[in-house]
Amino acid sequence: MFKTIVDWIDARIPMTRVYNMHMAQYPAPKNMNFWYVFGFLATIVLVNQILTGVWLTMSYVPSAEGAFASVEYIMRDVEYGWVIRYMHSTGASAFFVVVYLHMFRGMMYGSYQKPRELLWLFGMFIYLALMAEAFMGYLLPWGQMSYWGAQVIISLFGAIPFVGDDLALWIRGDYVVSGATLNRFFALHVIALPLVIVILVFLHIVALHEVGSNNPDGVDVKRKKGTVSDEDKTKFEFHEYYTSKKDILDDVVPFFPHMVLKDLMAFGVFIFLFCYVMFFNPDFYGKFIEHPNFETANPLKTPEHVFPVWYFTPFYAILKAVPHKLMGVIAMFGAIILLALLPWIDRGKVRSVRYRCGLHKLNLWVFAISFIALGYFGGTPATSVSDILAPTFTVLYFAFFAALWIYSKNENTKPLPDRITK
Amino acid sequence: MSNVPVDNSRRRFLTAATTVVGGAGAVAVAVPFIASWNPSARAKSAGAPVEVDITKLELGQLIRVEWRGKPVWVVYRTPKMLEQLGQIGDKLLDPESTEEKQQPSYAKNMTRSSREEILVAVGICTHLGCSPTYISEGYEEIVEGVNSGFFCPCHGSKFDLAGRVFKGVPAGLNLQIPPYYYIDDTTILIGKDKEGAA
Amino acid sequence: MKKLLYTFGLFVGLVSSTAFASSGGGLPYHADVDLTDKASLQRGAKLFMNYCSGCHQMQYQRYERTFNDLGIPVDVGLENLIFTKDTKVGSHIKNAMPEKASAKWFGATPPDLTLEARLRGPDWIYSYLKSFYVDPSRPFGVNNTVFKDVGMPHVLQELQGVPHKEEHFEEQLIDGELQRVSLGERIVVDGSGELSEGEYDRAALDITNFMVYVGEPMILERESLGWKALLYCFIFFVLAVLLKKEFWKDVK
Repeated sequence: MFKTIVDWIDARIPMTRVYNMHMAQYPAPKNMNFWYVFGFLATIVLVNQILTGVWLTMSYVPSAEGAFASVEYIMRDVEYGWVIRYMHSTGASAFFVVVYLHMFRGMMYGSYQKPRELLWLFGMFIYLALMAEAFMGYLLPWGQMSYWGAQVIISLFGAIPFVGDDLALWIRGDYVVSGATLNRFFALHVIALPLVIVILVFLHIVALHEVGSNNPDGVDVKRKKGTVSDEDKTKFEFHEYYTSKKDILDDVVPFFPHMVLKDLMAFGVFIFLFCYVMFFNPDFYGKFIEHPNFETANPLKTPEHVFPVWYFTPFYAILKAVPHKLMGVIAMFGAIILLALLPWIDRGKVRSVRYRCGLHKLNLWVFAISFIALGYFGGTPATSVSDILAPTFTVLYFAFFAALWIYSKNENTKPLPDRITK
Repeated sequence: MSNVPVDNSRRRFLTAATTVVGGAGAVAVAVPFIASWNPSARAKSAGAPVEVDITKLELGQLIRVEWRGKPVWVVYRTPKMLEQLGQIGDKLLDPESTEEKQQPSYAKNMTRSSREEILVAVGICTHLGCSPTYISEGYEEIVEGVNSGFFCPCHGSKFDLAGRVFKGVPAGLNLQIPPYYYIDDTTILIGKDKEGAA
Repeated sequence: MKKLLYTFGLFVGLVSSTAFASSGGGLPYHADVDLTDKASLQRGAKLFMNYCSGCHQMQYQRYERTFNDLGIPVDVGLENLIFTKDTKVGSHIKNAMPEKASAKWFGATPPDLTLEARLRGPDWIYSYLKSFYVDPSRPFGVNNTVFKDVGMPHVLQELQGVPHKEEHFEEQLIDGELQRVSLGERIVVDGSGELSEGEYDRAALDITNFMVYVGEPMILERESLGWKALLYCFIFFVLAVLLKKEFWKDVK
């Protein structure tokens, strides 16, 4: 009976073939460690955001007059509305936590290098779309931070020569952030950008499965056809789409069930932390939901300190560290563009940090620390200490790319193992 | 070699246990999403019981009040109207109001009310939800030998002045009688049974 | 795995240290709120309705929910806690003060207080209630050490008594000489209030407690649900680990 139904469907759409190609018979390197779970987790969070988001729109009122009250309506009057809203607000921050770790994994193991440049680029586009999505979503509760955060960020476009002011005006649709801005951000947040993100995620996965997953050793697990002895070939059954092109070493496991089970373990840890935040600390010390946002937007009064949400603060710190408006904006966007250009900035042939020179290891850690430090300075009021340190870390951030470009040309790397190690 | 090589009982047990626990989690997560579709505190507050002052209600008059967004009629029936209610039983589909859910127990009588002369009924046709028209005189044109009643303009359903449906019309149930009680002689509270009463 | 946990710990540590650093200190008092103390919440609600609600609304919170959550019978609440005319039990906690006129009277419309506890924190509210002092230069004759140049009268003065700000000194031996050293300013009450100092503190705490409740009325429900969720996550995690180990046995 079951088989009849499956056959009926398979004759019409390639259900079983797609399942095998991308789940049961997709080869994944068996040495993929815990850094490799964040892609899976990001997908989970994406589903969470879409589901809870759809439910929030059922009670949310996208107008300057009604937005703030409708959020409180969801929190108080809608049965379990607070669960759904906290799932969404916690999910927004969780998204960036897993995405940042996912990106850093790619940097550590050289996952952006040939042949995965396009995969990396799709990832960067997802990141950009995600930032736009988060930024527009943050305006919707129409609290003080929503309002003034949006006001500040949109004003950045005013720094662009000649067209800047007109552009900022056009984005807002008014002389200040207003109901018109709220309405267009709402439309983009709930339908346009999620659609873009879902399509990009699809392309990201298609690109991944075409080139295959990298691994912590950065050594290929697929070799040229005919170069691998039968003894060294994988004992698992994989889809002929992969086996017909390359010989697959005995270093892989099927994505389902083996990798999925590993992901499921990570998922257990992840939801534990997620539930802790959501149920016991939903505003997370004022970082996930900033306290001034408990006051309704007031165009006549700026809060004492205006900061973007934590996931934007590294770039915000770069903006503030550069003492010229236009240059600051260029530096901020440059910081993101440089990340996207990594596959071409890194001229090395060895992928994983394990086999690269000591300088690279140092460089990478300095970069990570700079990023976190910038995140700290971007989210705290300026002090005499931060006035010195924030520009220093900004320089270190950019120095990462410059240094990488220089030393990767003739890098003193360690010998690569023939096969992956444990 | 298959991708699920060894099949032992431990493996089967753990797979089943994880599936069950995972499934239970999915069900638990679904609860808030489903529950959030229930009427919110705002809807409930707007649907709270309504007080009606009937001091000024005249003989034969109908007034409409809104309860839970629905029209509720309060009709002061004349002795003549009441008298007729007892005579037309053979024209009605359910003259004894046997359908339990159409009225509270204190309205399960011939006049379908707790005080004989006052009818309180939800003014929504039990066919497809239109609101029937009150015809206090000249109902003979619609039903022979009946002086007054309700007539639904949408599909022609007919009800007598106790909200009982006539035979041979699209509607199959008597009009709904909401829970209500008299706070004092001239005030009705619609939407709530008297405490202690069924 | 270890490396990852370490990194994650570092990350969480950094984020939370940022968070703590940015949460402003410098408040004179700490409020020990207890949302399970229904008696305190009820007293807080009564004080709020009597002294605050004339000017400050809680326009997102409903009376009915408040009564139910605090264990106040609806008819008792209707009679003793609702002062506006024609207000139903399901209504929001609003007052009849016209917004524009009140802006004229006070310089600004008295803010809505539904979310005040989430905006400023319980310590701030508690400290604020205890930090009024007489200052003839202000329009209402009082000022506040926590909220400088506050635009409202000290409505709890009949309870607290008249508070004065005084500087306190102490004789200290410095470099072999006795010197008068300032210990800072303190608020001293003249004793004309209906409540003793301890009772006033209690009242201020009750109000704070009530406002924390109104800020997030589902806190208790949230946390009790949270424990169940965490327990579930743990069980799920253990099963996932066992299952993963079982399947990975075959992989060398």
